[in-house]
Amino acid sequence: METASAPVKHSWLYRRIAKIGKQVIETIDGLGNMVNFTGRVFYWAVRPPWRIKLIFQQFYFIGNKSLIIVGLSGAFTGMVMAYQVYFGFQLISVDSLVGPVVALSLAKELAPVLTGLIVAGRAGSAMAAQIGSMKVTEQVDALEVMGINGIQYLAVPRVIATTFCMPMLCCLFLFIGNIGSYFVGTKALMIDEAMYLSKLGEFMHMSDFYQGVIKAFFFGFIVALIGTYFGFSVTKGAEGVGKGTNQAVVWGMISVLVLDYFLTSFLVKIL
Amino acid sequence: MIDPSQIAVDVKNVTKIFDGHTVLNNLNFSIPKNKIITILGFSGAGKSTLLKHILGLMLPTSGCVEVLGQDLTLLDKVQLREFRRNFGMLFQYAALFDSMTAIQNVTFPLREFTDLNEEQMYQRASELLISVDIQEVAFHKLPSELSGGMRKRVGLARALALSPHIMLYDEPTTGLDPITTKMVNDLIVETQNKNITRGMTSIIISHDVRATLQISDYVAFLDRGNIVEYLPAPEFAKSNNELVQEFINL
Repeated sequence: METASAPVKHSWLYRRIAKIGKQVIETIDGLGNMVNFTGRVFYWAVRPPWRIKLIFQQFYFIGNKSLIIVGLSGAFTGMVMAYQVYFGFQLISVDSLVGPVVALSLAKELAPVLTGLIVAGRAGSAMAAQIGSMKVTEQVDALEVMGINGIQYLAVPRVIATTFCMPMLCCLFLFIGNIGSYFVGTKALMIDEAMYLSKLGEFMHMSDFYQGVIKAFFFGFIVALIGTYFGFSVTKGAEGVGKGTNQAVVWGMISVLVLDYFLTSFLVKIL
Repeated sequence: MIDPSQIAVDVKNVTKIFDGHTVLNNLNFSIPKNKIITILGFSGAGKSTLLKHILGLMLPTSGCVEVLGQDLTLLDKVQLREFRRNFGMLFQYAALFDSMTAIQNVTFPLREFTDLNEEQMYQRASELLISVDIQEVAFHKLPSELSGGMRKRVGLARALALSPHIMLYDEPTTGLDPITTKMVNDLIVETQNKNITRGMTSIIISHDVRATLQISDYVAFLDRGNIVEYLPAPEFAKSNNELVQEFINL
Protein backbone atom coordinates (compact mmCIF):
# COMPACT_ATOMS: atom_id res chain seq x y z
CA MET A 1 0.00 0.00 0.00
CA GLU A 2 1.25 3.44 -0.92
CA THR A 3 1.59 5.95 1.88
CA ALA A 4 1.78 9.71 1.49
CA SER A 5 5.28 10.92 2.36
CA ALA A 6 5.62 13.94 4.63
CA PRO A 7 7.14 17.07 2.97
CA VAL A 8 10.90 17.28 3.49
CA LYS A 9 11.81 20.13 5.84
CA HIS A 10 15.12 21.64 4.88
CA SER A 11 17.41 23.49 7.24
CA TRP A 12 17.59 27.28 7.35
CA LEU A 13 21.02 27.21 5.69
CA TYR A 14 19.78 24.94 2.88
CA ARG A 15 16.84 27.23 2.17
CA ARG A 16 19.10 30.29 2.20
CA ILE A 17 21.59 28.76 -0.25
CA ALA A 18 18.72 27.57 -2.47
CA LYS A 19 17.26 31.08 -2.52
CA ILE A 20 20.61 32.64 -3.47
CA GLY A 21 21.12 29.97 -6.12
CA LYS A 22 17.68 30.71 -7.57
CA GLN A 23 18.44 34.42 -7.72
CA VAL A 24 21.78 33.76 -9.46
CA ILE A 25 20.07 31.55 -12.05
CA GLU A 26 17.35 34.17 -12.61
CA THR A 27 19.96 36.92 -13.03
CA ILE A 28 21.95 34.87 -15.57
CA ASP A 29 18.71 34.01 -17.34
CA GLY A 30 17.76 37.70 -17.42
CA LEU A 31 21.17 38.65 -18.82
CA GLY A 32 20.83 35.99 -21.49
CA ASN A 33 17.41 37.32 -22.45
CA MET A 34 18.79 40.85 -22.56
CA VAL A 35 21.62 39.81 -24.89
CA ASN A 36 19.11 37.98 -27.07
CA PHE A 37 16.87 41.06 -27.12
CA THR A 38 19.81 43.30 -28.07
CA GLY A 39 20.63 40.98 -30.96
CA ARG A 40 17.04 41.12 -32.16
CA VAL A 41 17.02 44.94 -31.97
CA PHE A 42 20.15 45.07 -34.17
CA TYR A 43 18.68 42.46 -36.52
CA TRP A 44 15.46 44.41 -37.04
CA ALA A 45 17.14 47.82 -37.10
CA VAL A 46 18.84 47.07 -40.41
CA ARG A 47 15.81 45.57 -42.13
CA PRO A 48 13.06 47.38 -44.02
CA PRO A 49 10.52 48.84 -43.66
CA TRP A 50 12.30 51.92 -42.29
CA ARG A 51 9.94 53.61 -39.87
CA ILE A 52 11.27 57.16 -40.18
CA LYS A 53 8.02 58.76 -38.97
CA LEU A 54 8.05 56.67 -35.80
CA ILE A 55 11.70 57.57 -35.19
CA PHE A 56 10.86 61.27 -35.45
CA GLN A 57 7.86 60.84 -33.14
CA GLN A 58 10.22 59.34 -30.58
CA PHE A 59 12.75 62.12 -31.20
CA TYR A 60 10.00 64.57 -30.32
CA PHE A 61 8.99 62.67 -27.17
CA ILE A 62 12.51 61.94 -25.91
CA GLY A 63 14.21 65.11 -27.10
CA ASN A 64 11.76 67.96 -27.31
CA LYS A 65 9.77 66.93 -24.27
CA SER A 66 12.95 66.64 -22.19
CA LEU A 67 14.29 70.09 -23.05
CA ILE A 68 12.93 71.91 -19.99
CA ILE A 69 13.93 69.31 -17.42
CA VAL A 70 17.40 68.91 -18.95
CA GLY A 71 17.86 72.68 -19.25
CA LEU A 72 16.79 73.32 -15.66
CA SER A 73 18.99 70.52 -14.33
CA GLY A 74 21.92 71.85 -16.35
CA ALA A 75 21.48 75.41 -15.14
CA PHE A 76 21.27 74.54 -11.46
CA THR A 77 24.06 71.96 -11.66
CA GLY A 78 26.37 74.57 -13.20
CA MET A 79 25.39 77.18 -10.62
CA VAL A 80 25.84 74.84 -7.63
CA MET A 81 29.14 73.57 -9.00
CA ALA A 82 30.41 77.14 -9.39
CA TYR A 83 29.64 77.87 -5.73
CA GLN A 84 31.19 74.65 -4.41
CA VAL A 85 34.34 74.93 -6.51
CA TYR A 86 34.75 78.62 -5.71
CA PHE A 87 34.66 78.14 -1.93
CA GLY A 88 37.15 75.28 -2.18
CA PHE A 89 39.51 77.04 -4.57
CA GLN A 90 39.38 80.31 -2.65
CA LEU A 91 41.26 78.60 0.19
CA ILE A 92 44.27 78.08 -2.07
CA SER A 93 43.76 81.32 -4.06
CA VAL A 94 42.97 79.69 -7.41
CA ASP A 95 39.38 80.93 -7.68
CA SER A 96 40.05 82.10 -11.25
CA LEU A 97 39.96 78.41 -12.25
CA VAL A 98 36.31 78.01 -11.30
CA GLY A 99 35.22 78.31 -14.94
CA PRO A 100 37.41 75.57 -16.44
CA VAL A 101 36.92 73.19 -13.50
CA VAL A 102 33.14 73.46 -13.73
CA ALA A 103 33.24 73.24 -17.53
CA LEU A 104 35.50 70.17 -17.49
CA SER A 105 33.38 68.44 -14.84
CA LEU A 106 30.26 69.14 -16.82
CA ALA A 107 31.70 68.16 -20.20
CA LYS A 108 33.36 64.93 -19.14
CA GLU A 109 31.03 63.59 -16.45
CA LEU A 110 28.11 65.59 -15.16
CA ALA A 111 26.40 66.47 -18.43
CA PRO A 112 26.35 62.94 -19.92
CA VAL A 113 25.71 61.14 -16.63
CA LEU A 114 22.99 63.43 -15.31
CA THR A 115 21.32 63.60 -18.73
CA GLY A 116 21.47 59.81 -18.83
CA LEU A 117 19.86 59.56 -15.41
CA ILE A 118 17.16 62.09 -16.34
CA VAL A 119 16.32 60.30 -19.57
CA ALA A 120 16.33 56.92 -17.80
CA GLY A 121 13.85 58.30 -15.28
CA ARG A 122 11.66 60.10 -17.77
CA ALA A 123 11.82 58.32 -21.12
CA GLY A 124 13.07 54.87 -20.02
CA SER A 125 10.18 54.48 -17.61
CA ALA A 126 7.70 55.74 -20.21
CA MET A 127 9.00 53.22 -22.77
CA ALA A 128 8.61 50.33 -20.33
CA ALA A 129 5.13 51.49 -19.30
CA GLN A 130 3.92 52.08 -22.88
CA ILE A 131 5.19 48.78 -24.28
CA GLY A 132 4.26 46.90 -21.10
CA SER A 133 0.67 48.08 -21.19
CA MET A 134 0.49 47.27 -24.91
CA LYS A 135 1.75 43.80 -24.08
CA VAL A 136 -0.81 43.07 -21.36
CA THR A 137 -3.68 44.40 -23.49
CA GLU A 138 -2.62 42.17 -26.41
CA GLN A 139 -1.72 45.12 -28.65
CA VAL A 140 1.73 43.61 -29.25
CA ASP A 141 0.05 40.31 -30.20
CA ALA A 142 -2.21 42.26 -32.56
CA LEU A 143 0.89 43.62 -34.32
CA GLU A 144 2.36 40.12 -34.61
CA VAL A 145 -0.88 38.69 -36.01
CA MET A 146 -0.86 41.44 -38.65
CA GLY A 147 2.64 40.34 -39.61
CA ILE A 148 4.43 43.29 -37.99
CA ASN A 149 7.39 42.56 -35.76
CA GLY A 150 6.85 44.11 -32.35
CA ILE A 151 10.54 44.75 -31.78
CA GLN A 152 10.92 46.47 -35.14
CA TYR A 153 7.82 48.59 -34.65
CA LEU A 154 8.16 49.46 -30.97
CA ALA A 155 11.74 48.99 -29.82
CA VAL A 156 13.88 49.97 -32.82
CA PRO A 157 12.50 53.55 -33.27
CA ARG A 158 12.86 54.20 -29.53
CA VAL A 159 16.42 52.87 -29.39
CA ILE A 160 17.53 54.83 -32.49
CA ALA A 161 15.86 58.05 -31.34
CA THR A 162 17.23 57.89 -27.80
CA THR A 163 20.73 56.99 -28.97
CA PHE A 164 20.92 60.06 -31.21
CA CYS A 165 18.90 62.36 -28.98
CA MET A 166 21.03 61.87 -25.90
CA PRO A 167 24.20 63.57 -27.26
CA MET A 168 22.09 66.60 -28.21
CA LEU A 169 20.50 66.75 -24.77
CA CYS A 170 23.95 66.38 -23.25
CA CYS A 171 25.18 69.38 -25.30
CA LEU A 172 22.19 71.38 -24.09
CA PHE A 173 22.92 70.44 -20.48
CA LEU A 174 26.57 71.40 -20.95
CA PHE A 175 25.76 74.72 -22.61
CA ILE A 176 23.17 75.82 -20.06
CA GLY A 177 25.29 74.48 -17.18
CA ASN A 178 28.20 76.66 -18.31
CA ILE A 179 25.96 79.69 -18.63
CA GLY A 180 24.73 79.08 -15.06
CA SER A 181 28.28 78.70 -13.82
CA TYR A 182 29.36 81.86 -15.70
CA PHE A 183 26.60 83.99 -14.16
CA VAL A 184 27.16 82.72 -10.63
CA GLY A 185 30.94 83.02 -11.02
CA THR A 186 31.00 86.52 -12.50
CA LYS A 187 27.86 88.13 -11.04
CA ALA A 188 27.50 86.52 -7.59
CA LEU A 189 31.07 85.52 -6.76
CA MET A 190 32.63 88.50 -8.57
CA ILE A 191 35.24 86.58 -10.54
CA ASP A 192 36.62 88.78 -13.29
CA GLU A 193 34.73 88.05 -16.52
CA ALA A 194 37.76 88.26 -18.78
CA MET A 195 39.74 86.01 -16.46
CA TYR A 196 36.87 83.50 -16.30
CA LEU A 197 36.63 83.27 -20.10
CA SER A 198 40.35 83.24 -20.78
CA LYS A 199 40.95 80.39 -18.30
CA LEU A 200 38.03 78.54 -19.80
CA GLY A 201 39.59 78.80 -23.27
CA GLU A 202 42.99 77.81 -21.91
CA PHE A 203 41.97 74.57 -20.17
CA MET A 204 38.96 73.37 -22.10
CA HIS A 205 39.65 71.33 -25.26
CA MET A 206 37.43 69.75 -27.86
CA SER A 207 38.54 66.27 -26.72
CA ASP A 208 36.86 66.96 -23.34
CA PHE A 209 33.67 67.81 -25.15
CA TYR A 210 33.88 64.71 -27.36
CA GLN A 211 34.30 62.51 -24.31
CA GLY A 212 30.94 63.61 -22.93
CA VAL A 213 29.17 63.36 -26.26
CA ILE A 214 30.47 59.83 -26.92
CA LYS A 215 29.37 58.78 -23.44
CA ALA A 216 25.92 60.28 -23.98
CA PHE A 217 25.56 58.30 -27.21
CA PHE A 218 26.15 55.00 -25.40
CA PHE A 219 24.00 56.03 -22.43
CA GLY A 220 21.12 56.75 -24.80
CA PHE A 221 21.48 53.33 -26.37
CA ILE A 222 21.57 51.44 -23.06
CA VAL A 223 18.71 53.41 -21.45
CA ALA A 224 16.40 52.79 -24.44
CA LEU A 225 17.44 49.17 -24.69
CA ILE A 226 16.67 48.56 -21.02
CA GLY A 227 13.40 50.52 -21.14
CA THR A 228 12.10 48.58 -24.15
CA TYR A 229 13.42 45.25 -22.83
CA PHE A 230 11.53 45.58 -19.57
CA GLY A 231 8.45 46.70 -21.51
CA PHE A 232 8.53 43.50 -23.57
CA SER A 233 9.22 41.43 -20.44
CA VAL A 234 6.02 42.56 -18.73
CA THR A 235 3.59 39.84 -17.64
CA LYS A 236 0.70 39.69 -15.19
CA GLY A 237 -1.35 42.80 -15.90
CA ALA A 238 -1.11 46.16 -14.17
CA GLU A 239 1.14 44.84 -11.41
CA GLY A 240 3.57 43.60 -14.06
CA VAL A 241 3.55 46.98 -15.82
CA GLY A 242 4.44 48.71 -12.53
CA LYS A 243 7.22 46.22 -11.83
CA GLY A 244 8.60 46.50 -15.37
CA THR A 245 8.59 50.30 -15.21
CA ASN A 246 10.35 50.27 -11.86
CA GLN A 247 12.99 47.83 -13.10
CA ALA A 248 13.54 49.89 -16.25
CA VAL A 249 14.34 52.98 -14.16
CA VAL A 250 16.52 51.17 -11.62
CA TRP A 251 18.52 49.17 -14.17
CA GLY A 252 18.69 52.09 -16.57
CA MET A 253 20.29 54.30 -13.92
CA ILE A 254 22.64 51.59 -12.67
CA SER A 255 23.71 50.82 -16.24
CA VAL A 256 24.50 54.48 -16.90
CA LEU A 257 26.76 54.64 -13.84
CA VAL A 258 28.48 51.30 -14.50
CA LEU A 259 28.94 52.04 -18.20
CA ASP A 260 30.33 55.46 -17.28
CA TYR A 261 33.22 53.84 -15.44
CA PHE A 262 34.15 51.57 -18.35
CA LEU A 263 33.75 54.31 -20.96
CA THR A 264 35.84 56.73 -18.88
CA SER A 265 38.65 54.20 -18.44
CA PHE A 266 38.63 53.64 -22.21
CA LEU A 267 38.13 57.21 -23.44
CA VAL A 268 40.83 58.80 -21.25
CA LYS A 269 43.35 56.62 -23.06
CA ILE A 270 42.29 57.49 -26.60
CA LEU A 271 41.21 61.15 -26.32
CA MET B 1 -14.48 13.33 -44.52
CA ILE B 2 -13.70 16.77 -45.93
CA ASP B 3 -12.61 17.18 -49.56
CA PRO B 4 -8.85 18.07 -49.27
CA SER B 5 -9.30 21.09 -51.56
CA GLN B 6 -11.91 22.43 -49.14
CA ILE B 7 -9.69 22.33 -46.06
CA ALA B 8 -8.73 25.70 -44.59
CA VAL B 9 -6.71 24.42 -41.63
CA ASP B 10 -5.30 20.94 -41.25
CA VAL B 11 -3.78 20.03 -37.91
CA LYS B 12 -1.74 16.86 -38.32
CA ASN B 13 -0.39 14.85 -35.37
CA VAL B 14 0.43 18.04 -33.47
CA THR B 15 2.06 17.67 -30.09
CA LYS B 16 3.24 20.63 -28.05
CA ILE B 17 5.28 20.15 -24.91
CA PHE B 18 6.20 23.02 -22.55
CA ASP B 19 8.73 22.23 -19.82
CA GLY B 20 7.80 18.55 -19.89
CA HIS B 21 4.06 19.34 -19.80
CA THR B 22 2.08 18.16 -22.83
CA VAL B 23 -0.39 20.86 -23.86
CA LEU B 24 -1.42 19.46 -27.25
CA ASN B 25 -1.35 15.69 -27.49
CA ASN B 26 -1.05 14.24 -31.01
CA LEU B 27 -3.89 16.44 -32.19
CA ASN B 28 -5.54 15.72 -35.54
CA PHE B 29 -8.40 17.65 -37.08
CA SER B 30 -9.36 19.63 -40.14
CA ILE B 31 -11.32 22.83 -40.49
CA PRO B 32 -13.31 23.23 -43.72
CA LYS B 33 -13.37 26.43 -45.74
CA ASN B 34 -16.38 28.73 -45.74
CA LYS B 35 -17.68 27.62 -42.35
CA ILE B 36 -17.88 28.90 -38.79
CA ILE B 37 -16.10 26.53 -36.43
CA THR B 38 -16.03 26.95 -32.69
CA ILE B 39 -13.49 25.32 -30.43
CA LEU B 40 -14.85 24.82 -26.94
CA GLY B 41 -13.04 23.59 -23.87
CA PHE B 42 -12.35 24.13 -20.20
CA SER B 43 -9.66 26.61 -19.13
CA GLY B 44 -6.20 25.10 -19.66
CA ALA B 45 -7.47 22.65 -22.30
CA GLY B 46 -5.03 24.06 -24.86
CA LYS B 47 -7.37 26.31 -26.87
CA SER B 48 -5.08 29.36 -26.90
CA THR B 49 -2.06 27.18 -27.69
CA LEU B 50 -3.95 25.66 -30.61
CA LEU B 51 -4.89 29.15 -31.84
CA LYS B 52 -1.23 30.23 -31.70
CA HIS B 53 -0.26 27.15 -33.72
CA ILE B 54 -2.85 27.98 -36.38
CA LEU B 55 -1.45 31.52 -36.54
CA GLY B 56 2.12 30.27 -36.68
CA LEU B 57 2.99 32.19 -33.53
CA MET B 58 4.05 28.85 -32.03
CA LEU B 59 5.51 25.85 -33.76
CA PRO B 60 4.62 22.30 -32.70
CA THR B 61 7.08 20.07 -30.89
CA SER B 62 6.08 17.42 -33.45
CA GLY B 63 3.55 17.25 -36.27
CA CYS B 64 2.51 20.06 -38.58
CA VAL B 65 -0.18 22.65 -39.19
CA GLU B 66 -1.25 23.33 -42.77
CA VAL B 67 -3.16 26.52 -43.45
CA LEU B 68 -4.67 27.00 -46.92
CA GLY B 69 -2.42 24.15 -48.09
CA GLN B 70 0.77 25.68 -46.69
CA ASP B 71 2.70 23.78 -44.02
CA LEU B 72 3.58 26.51 -41.50
CA THR B 73 6.48 24.49 -40.07
CA LEU B 74 8.31 24.83 -43.41
CA LEU B 75 8.20 28.63 -43.48
CA ASP B 76 10.96 30.84 -42.11
CA LYS B 77 10.13 33.77 -39.84
CA VAL B 78 9.84 36.32 -42.64
CA GLN B 79 7.63 34.04 -44.73
CA LEU B 80 5.49 33.29 -41.67
CA ARG B 81 5.03 36.99 -41.04
CA GLU B 82 3.89 37.51 -44.63
CA PHE B 83 1.65 34.47 -44.50
CA ARG B 84 -0.08 35.84 -41.41
CA ARG B 85 -1.70 38.49 -43.61
CA ASN B 86 -4.14 35.72 -44.54
CA PHE B 87 -5.50 35.98 -41.02
CA GLY B 88 -7.69 38.52 -39.29
CA MET B 89 -8.13 38.29 -35.56
CA LEU B 90 -10.59 39.74 -33.13
CA PHE B 91 -9.01 39.67 -29.69
CA GLN B 92 -10.83 39.08 -26.42
CA TYR B 93 -10.65 42.76 -25.48
CA ALA B 94 -10.29 43.97 -29.09
CA ALA B 95 -6.60 44.97 -28.59
CA LEU B 96 -7.08 48.32 -30.31
CA PHE B 97 -4.01 50.55 -30.34
CA ASP B 98 -4.88 52.95 -27.56
CA SER B 99 -2.90 55.87 -28.96
CA MET B 100 -4.90 55.78 -32.22
CA THR B 101 -8.48 56.76 -32.97
CA ALA B 102 -11.00 54.23 -34.27
CA ILE B 103 -10.37 55.13 -37.90
CA GLN B 104 -6.61 55.21 -37.42
CA ASN B 105 -6.82 51.69 -36.01
CA VAL B 106 -8.60 50.51 -39.14
CA THR B 107 -6.32 52.36 -41.55
CA PHE B 108 -3.24 50.98 -39.75
CA PRO B 109 -3.05 47.62 -41.61
CA LEU B 110 -3.92 49.38 -44.88
CA ARG B 111 -1.06 51.83 -44.36
CA GLU B 112 1.34 49.01 -43.54
CA PHE B 113 0.47 46.61 -46.32
CA THR B 114 -1.22 48.39 -49.21
CA ASP B 115 -0.32 51.13 -51.68
CA LEU B 116 -3.56 53.04 -51.13
CA ASN B 117 -3.31 56.81 -50.75
CA GLU B 118 -4.67 58.62 -47.69
CA GLU B 119 -8.04 59.32 -49.29
CA GLN B 120 -8.50 55.71 -50.44
CA MET B 121 -7.49 54.39 -47.03
CA TYR B 122 -9.94 56.71 -45.30
CA GLN B 123 -12.67 55.63 -47.72
CA ARG B 124 -12.01 51.92 -47.17
CA ALA B 125 -11.76 52.31 -43.38
CA SER B 126 -15.01 54.33 -43.31
CA GLU B 127 -16.81 51.60 -45.27
CA LEU B 128 -15.53 48.94 -42.90
CA LEU B 129 -16.52 50.91 -39.81
CA ILE B 130 -19.99 51.63 -41.17
CA SER B 131 -20.38 47.95 -42.11
CA VAL B 132 -19.89 47.05 -38.42
CA ASP B 133 -22.36 49.74 -37.41
CA ILE B 134 -19.93 52.37 -36.15
CA GLN B 135 -21.32 55.84 -36.84
CA GLU B 136 -19.12 58.59 -38.30
CA VAL B 137 -19.24 60.53 -35.05
CA ALA B 138 -17.19 57.78 -33.38
CA PHE B 139 -14.52 57.59 -36.10
CA HIS B 140 -12.23 60.03 -34.35
CA LYS B 141 -12.68 58.75 -30.82
CA LEU B 142 -9.92 56.96 -28.94
CA PRO B 143 -10.57 53.37 -27.79
CA SER B 144 -10.86 54.62 -24.20
CA GLU B 145 -13.84 56.73 -25.29
CA LEU B 146 -15.69 53.77 -26.83
CA SER B 147 -17.90 51.18 -25.12
CA GLY B 148 -16.83 47.51 -24.95
CA GLY B 149 -19.16 46.57 -27.80
CA MET B 150 -17.96 49.43 -30.00
CA ARG B 151 -14.34 48.48 -29.37
CA LYS B 152 -15.12 44.92 -30.49
CA ARG B 153 -16.75 46.25 -33.65
CA VAL B 154 -13.80 48.52 -34.44
CA GLY B 155 -11.51 45.54 -33.76
CA LEU B 156 -13.53 43.49 -36.22
CA ALA B 157 -13.34 46.26 -38.85
CA ARG B 158 -9.55 46.39 -38.38
CA ALA B 159 -9.29 42.59 -38.66
CA LEU B 160 -11.25 42.68 -41.93
CA ALA B 161 -9.25 45.53 -43.45
CA LEU B 162 -6.95 43.27 -45.49
CA SER B 163 -9.76 40.88 -46.52
CA PRO B 164 -8.41 37.86 -44.62
CA HIS B 165 -9.09 34.28 -45.66
CA ILE B 166 -9.35 33.11 -42.07
CA MET B 167 -10.98 35.11 -39.27
CA LEU B 168 -10.10 34.13 -35.74
CA TYR B 169 -12.19 35.18 -32.77
CA ASP B 170 -10.68 34.78 -29.31
CA GLU B 171 -13.47 34.69 -26.71
CA PRO B 172 -15.44 37.32 -28.65
CA THR B 173 -18.27 37.68 -26.13
CA THR B 174 -16.36 37.44 -22.84
CA GLY B 175 -17.26 40.26 -20.47
CA LEU B 176 -20.10 41.63 -22.59
CA ASP B 177 -23.72 42.11 -21.53
CA PRO B 178 -26.38 39.85 -23.19
CA ILE B 179 -27.48 42.49 -25.71
CA THR B 180 -23.92 43.27 -26.82
CA THR B 181 -23.17 39.53 -26.87
CA LYS B 182 -26.05 38.98 -29.27
CA MET B 183 -24.88 41.91 -31.39
CA VAL B 184 -21.32 40.49 -31.59
CA ASN B 185 -22.65 37.02 -32.47
CA ASP B 186 -24.90 38.46 -35.19
CA LEU B 187 -21.92 40.39 -36.48
CA ILE B 188 -19.81 37.21 -36.72
CA VAL B 189 -22.52 35.49 -38.76
CA GLU B 190 -23.06 38.59 -40.92
CA THR B 191 -19.32 38.94 -41.53
CA GLN B 192 -19.06 35.29 -42.52
CA ASN B 193 -22.04 35.56 -44.87
CA LYS B 194 -20.66 38.72 -46.50
CA ASN B 195 -17.30 37.08 -47.15
CA ILE B 196 -18.49 33.61 -48.09
CA THR B 197 -17.97 34.22 -51.80
CA ARG B 198 -14.23 34.54 -51.31
CA GLY B 199 -14.08 31.44 -49.13
CA MET B 200 -13.54 32.98 -45.72
CA THR B 201 -13.42 30.65 -42.72
CA SER B 202 -14.22 31.74 -39.17
CA ILE B 203 -12.65 30.03 -36.18
CA ILE B 204 -13.99 30.94 -32.75
CA ILE B 205 -12.46 30.10 -29.40
CA SER B 206 -15.20 30.35 -26.83
CA HIS B 207 -16.78 29.29 -23.55
CA ASP B 208 -20.23 30.47 -24.59
CA VAL B 209 -22.07 27.22 -25.38
CA ARG B 210 -25.45 28.76 -26.18
CA ALA B 211 -24.11 31.24 -28.71
CA THR B 212 -21.76 28.62 -30.13
CA LEU B 213 -24.59 26.26 -30.96
CA GLN B 214 -26.58 29.08 -32.56
CA ILE B 215 -23.92 30.54 -34.82
CA SER B 216 -21.49 27.71 -35.61
CA ASP B 217 -21.52 25.20 -38.43
CA TYR B 218 -19.19 22.85 -36.55
CA VAL B 219 -18.15 22.59 -32.93
CA ALA B 220 -15.00 20.94 -31.61
CA PHE B 221 -14.42 20.15 -27.94
CA LEU B 222 -10.85 20.23 -26.72
CA ASP B 223 -9.84 18.48 -23.54
CA ARG B 224 -6.29 18.07 -22.23
CA GLY B 225 -4.78 18.70 -25.65
CA ASN B 226 -7.09 16.40 -27.59
CA ILE B 227 -10.22 16.93 -29.65
CA VAL B 228 -12.69 14.63 -27.91
CA GLU B 229 -15.71 15.62 -30.01
CA TYR B 230 -16.04 17.33 -33.39
CA LEU B 231 -19.49 17.50 -34.89
CA PRO B 232 -21.90 19.74 -36.79
CA ALA B 233 -23.47 22.12 -34.25
CA PRO B 234 -26.95 20.51 -34.10
CA GLU B 235 -25.41 17.08 -33.47
CA PHE B 236 -22.91 18.44 -30.96
CA ALA B 237 -25.73 19.41 -28.61
CA LYS B 238 -26.89 15.78 -28.59
CA SER B 239 -23.39 14.33 -28.09
CA ASN B 240 -23.11 11.34 -25.76
CA ASN B 241 -19.65 12.41 -24.61
CA GLU B 242 -19.76 12.92 -20.85
CA LEU B 243 -17.38 15.86 -20.85
CA VAL B 244 -19.36 17.61 -23.58
CA GLN B 245 -22.62 17.08 -21.72
CA GLU B 246 -21.00 18.30 -18.48
CA PHE B 247 -19.78 21.42 -20.30
CA ILE B 248 -23.13 22.09 -21.98
CA ASN B 249 -25.04 21.67 -18.73
CA LEU B 250 -22.73 23.83 -16.63
